Amino acid sequence: MIEYRSVGKTFSGGNAAVADFDLVIPSHTTTVFVGSSGCGKTTLLRMVNRMVEPTSGQVLIDDVDVASRNPVELRRSIGYVMQASGLLPHRSVLDNVGTVLRLQGVSRAETRRRSLELMETVGLDTALADRYPHQLSGGQQQRVGVARALVTDPNILLMDEPFGAVDPIVRDELQAELLRLQRELGKTIVFVTHDIDEAFLLGDQVVILAKGGQRAQVGTPADILAAPANDFVRSFVGLDKGGRELHVEERDGVQVVVDAQGRATGVLKG
Amino acid sequence: MRWIGNNTDLILGYLASHVWLSIVPTVLGFLLALPIGWWANRVPAVRGVVLSVGNVLYTIPSLAFILILPGVIGTGFLDPLNIVIALTVYAVAVMARFASDGFASVSPAVLDSARASGFGAAGLALRVELPLAGPVLLAGLRVVSVSTVSLVSVGALAGVDNLGRLFTEGVFTGNTAEILTGIVLVVALALVLDLLLVIAGRALLPWSAGARRVRGGVA
Ligand SMILES: Nc1ncnc2c1ncn2[C@@H]1O[C@H](COP(=O)(O)OP(=O)(O)OP(=O)(O)O)[C@@H](O)[C@H]1O
Ligand SMILES: [Mg+2]
Repeated sequence: MIEYRSVGKTFSGGNAAVADFDLVIPSHTTTVFVGSSGCGKTTLLRMVNRMVEPTSGQVLIDDVDVASRNPVELRRSIGYVMQASGLLPHRSVLDNVGTVLRLQGVSRAETRRRSLELMETVGLDTALADRYPHQLSGGQQQRVGVARALVTDPNILLMDEPFGAVDPIVRDELQAELLRLQRELGKTIVFVTHDIDEAFLLGDQVVILAKGGQRAQVGTPADILAAPANDFVRSFVGLDKGGRELHVEERDGVQVVVDAQGRATGVLKG
Repeated sequence: MRWIGNNTDLILGYLASHVWLSIVPTVLGFLLALPIGWWANRVPAVRGVVLSVGNVLYTIPSLAFILILPGVIGTGFLDPLNIVIALTVYAVAVMARFASDGFASVSPAVLDSARASGFGAAGLALRVELPLAGPVLLAGLRVVSVSTVSLVSVGALAGVDNLGRLFTEGVFTGNTAEILTGIVLVVALALVLDLLLVIAGRALLPWSAGARRVRGGVA
């Protein structure tokens, strides 16, 4: 469990990115921070592995304040995936995947074995093992990023717009892959995106953020769609212009569900 | 040609000392410039100082520098140490700028991600920043190595044995073969050292050779 307790962050220069933020992130589920650019998503995410230190309040992992943990050890125990994959350009794919194992002093042979295993887990051809990152496609680089984050089997996985820089088709693929992985692995995932559809697809708990890290609404996708907290949320999730409204049309006794553009999307059962 | 045949021992002796007088300042200058360049890249004020001190040092004529040193540090007048120290100072002056640029060329996103993966401060500097600065460091090292080989010759005027002696003696005695031998050997030495650096770069920075090929292929 990750817990934010009245967390605030004011950057030098007096810019208050986040103020008085509270949240509980249950273990073994995916929580998505979603909001427009500059609302404080990355700032909140990076407080978990002490890449950002809060200026007030506390972040706790399993009831232990992260401020009391050694930052380097803490980071090695948490997987982190970022938008631009952040792979080391001077190391092969296999070495990139095994980076944290080597930092933890795991032997070369064992690191190699586990890295190859992880490449398979995330759907990467092991023939790519000896390439350098710049010799991979964007989608493959993101898979390497995910493999690197998972190689130590961490309990927590932080993902900062990991699929933001790939084309929509690869993005769909990577999202499906993440859902499959999460069904198998049951990690505590904190995921950042500005795409509400991605948030609803991946999130067990969705946190909609307004400027300054304000919680606009927290809940399951169904909760939020059923009862948007205010106009900001209604507009952010696309309920205001009827974009998410579905209706039913009868065809020969079958109830067909049709979306706002008039496209048939399925049939109603029960 | 006959002159060369009769003086091989002399020539080889000069060549050997020229090699050492070139390599030692280049290596020392490189090693000293690394921490200076790293620090300069961190602190803009330090970078300013490093760049201007480097410029000023480089305007001191090398012969004057070599001749003044004994008075400043108390070495003997004909001591090869004078050349080693003077050329090391020049090497640092040039190399620190390259090192600073090299560390500045490392992508901040890569550093950030490495820190988030759990690299500590030392691991980050030695295993991420240093290798990634490698291509620029190599470029600097090649400049320093060539310029050091040619500067060593100046030491001959201060009475230190090296290939430069072949020019000074050759001019003094009107021996063209001796002058030509000196010039050819200095140029050859500079080229050989440069080639060794390029080969070492290929071996140590395979990822960057690959990156260049790929970029070239796309362009
Ligand atoms: N190191 C920093 N120094 C000063 N201000 C910062 C720093 N990092 C972030 N900020 C500011 O804090 C606010 C929140 O930034 P943050 O990166 O958390 O936003 P975000 O929601 O992740 O945005 P995006 O979707 O564009 O990534 C912004 O106003 C940003 O300018
Ligand atoms: Mg962000």
